[in-house]
Amino acid sequence: MGLRMIVTVKQVPDTHNVTGEAMKEDGTVNRAALPAIFNPEDLNALEAALALKESVGGTVTCISMGPPQATAVLKECLYRGADDVMLVSDRRFAGADTLATSYALACAIRTVGNYDLIFCGRQAIDGDTAQVGPQIAEKLEINQLTGVAKVRHADDESITVERTVEDGIEVVRSRYPVLVTVTGSANEPRTASAKLVMTYKNIGKQACEGAYEEAWLEPGVCSAVSHIREWNVESIGADPAACGLSGSPTKVKKIQSVVLTAGESQQVPNTDAGIAGLMRELVEENIVG
Amino acid sequence: METPSRNVMVFIEARHGEIADVSRELLSAARRLATELDGEVEAVALGHGLGAALTELGCHGCRRVYYIDDSRLAHFSSVPYARETARLIRKYDPQIVLFGATTMGRDVAPRVASELRCGLTADCTALEIGDHAIKDVTFSRTLMQIRPAFGGNIIATIVSPESRPSMATVREGVMQLDAPDDFLPPATVMTEPCVLEDDAFLTEVLEVVRQEKAVNLPAAQIIVAAGMGAGDPDSLSLVRELAKTLGGQVGCSRPVVDAGVLPKEHQVGQTGITVRPNLYIACGISGQIQHRAGMAEAKRIIAVNRDPQAPIFSIAHYGIVGDVREVLGRMIKAYKTKA
Ligand SMILES: Cc1cc2nc3c(=O)[nH]c(=O)nc-3n(C[C@H](O)[C@H](O)[C@H](O)COP(=O)(O)OP(=O)(O)OC[C@H]3O[C@@H](n4cnc5c(N)ncnc54)[C@H](O)[C@@H]3O)c2cc1C
Repeated sequence: MGLRMIVTVKQVPDTHNVTGEAMKEDGTVNRAALPAIFNPEDLNALEAALALKESVGGTVTCISMGPPQATAVLKECLYRGADDVMLVSDRRFAGADTLATSYALACAIRTVGNYDLIFCGRQAIDGDTAQVGPQIAEKLEINQLTGVAKVRHADDESITVERTVEDGIEVVRSRYPVLVTVTGSANEPRTASAKLVMTYKNIGKQACEGAYEEAWLEPGVCSAVSHIREWNVESIGADPAACGLSGSPTKVKKIQSVVLTAGESQQVPNTDAGIAGLMRELVEENIVG
Repeated sequence: METPSRNVMVFIEARHGEIADVSRELLSAARRLATELDGEVEAVALGHGLGAALTELGCHGCRRVYYIDDSRLAHFSSVPYARETARLIRKYDPQIVLFGATTMGRDVAPRVASELRCGLTADCTALEIGDHAIKDVTFSRTLMQIRPAFGGNIIATIVSPESRPSMATVREGVMQLDAPDDFLPPATVMTEPCVLEDDAFLTEVLEVVRQEKAVNLPAAQIIVAAGMGAGDPDSLSLVRELAKTLGGQVGCSRPVVDAGVLPKEHQVGQTGITVRPNLYIACGISGQIQHRAGMAEAKRIIAVNRDPQAPIFSIAHYGIVGDVREVLGRMIKAYKTKA
């Protein structure tokens, strides 16, 4: 029968490579100018599932919540070997914090049905919160193993993993169902298979790619894309009040660009005398012994 | 109607029977918040055989510890820790709950927030009390959670006044640890049994490998840090020598780790370690925001960089424009020959 696995994936702006063009004059980031990428640790989550599909057998279903452009990451999942992909997309999901996001994803996972393992990336680079995985697990009332640095073993009943913790490593096991969040060191994600790209070539023509811009268009824009199922609030049986902004307890009060705090700075000449003077000052002030 | 409590609760984390430093730092932060709220500092702890260590938390201003003692809780397990923590939060109804942004805190806090349907803000770098208005309703003295967002490119202030409690995680080293005050009374430890059945313990611990860290940057009083301008072997050996001469430790920027020159435990910054030593010597570090996020609170900062425009100079107390090898050589010589 094999393992029934679900992977959650997210399309994110590439915050790790914010270049000059993406910075506005006032120091804030122009999200629309950032390239959209597959959240790095979600690729590790996908790889963990695909590796188990090969070694133990089973199926891999990928779910993404996001605007229609997020079909780009789902296509990537198909190219790497996912069996089934779905986009959870609806204007009413916009503005969701981690609680509302995990609620929608948990509803979608329930709609998919039976599962043994859920893999998530530990965190997404646009928020770095690492909250969505554990919150999905809580909503589904299942166990969780977070920050997994290595999958050691899995069989029909349980999975054994290594977690890196502050003072070492722990090796833990859980029976199914369980949600596992993986870190970037868990594995080396495979690249797209040329054969699968050919298989799905008709979906490569869609224009739902490009820069990251969180535009929650009317549904249907990408639904012409075959192989990608599109779900809205109703199809996953979600309560609209618990979705998006209205389902989010946290609110952003203020956004500031990062400013340098110009303290009093003393210029020390790069000479023997200048540096000897500095070292003497540090000794006198008991900063160094 | 009874007015809800204005207390601030800290999740106490114990590793192998010892209270984590971050928990003490959070108690210091909680004390500052509680003063502004006219509330008290309390704590929740789970584990086995922690009693005496918890009583001592009084010196950090903690009044009461709600403690669940059970041998099954001696090792961390997500579901039991989250469910029991959520149960105690419901019972004692604090206004704010703080968790360390550790592997344990980041595992348990989101689960608790999901169960309580309350807001949670990860990796806060500052916590303040202030008012917030939503339409016509003003929430007075609510928690302002300040954190870098969007890869550290912006700073966001997050509030969650409509749900209770407001929860936040904070990384180790971010909050100032106040000196323990021995005149404060010991904390009252209120022990409760664990109400969970065995079937809630879903994670089986097979092996725990303790690895002593070669470096302990948060504890270092002096840090000499290497950036890409000091990543070559010659400069790096000077960085090491200076650190040794001064009795300090070696830190570095992220690209130095990415290049495989130093292991990750040395990385200072937003995705590394946050430090607040007495002295931080930044060698060949440009001073991008993500690096500064981890060291800007150092008491004295010396920047060594050959580019006079490098952003690191704007937060340095002492700036030396020059080549790393030349400057570090001079520093070592000057210190060794000091009168
Ligand atoms: C999401 C995110 C998280 C990040 N997290 C971190 C983090 O935790 N920590 C971190 O450090 N970075 C982090 N970064 C990376 C950060 O943005 C910078 O790229 C990094 O800090 C730069 O490192 P650097 O100063 O060593 O290198 P560079 O920027 O390359 O600077 C090298 C400096 O050395 C000087 N120099 C060169 N040669 C010499 C010489 N011979 N003598 C003197 N000076 C010399 C140059 O003038 C230059 O200023 C993060 C980035 C992102 C996007």
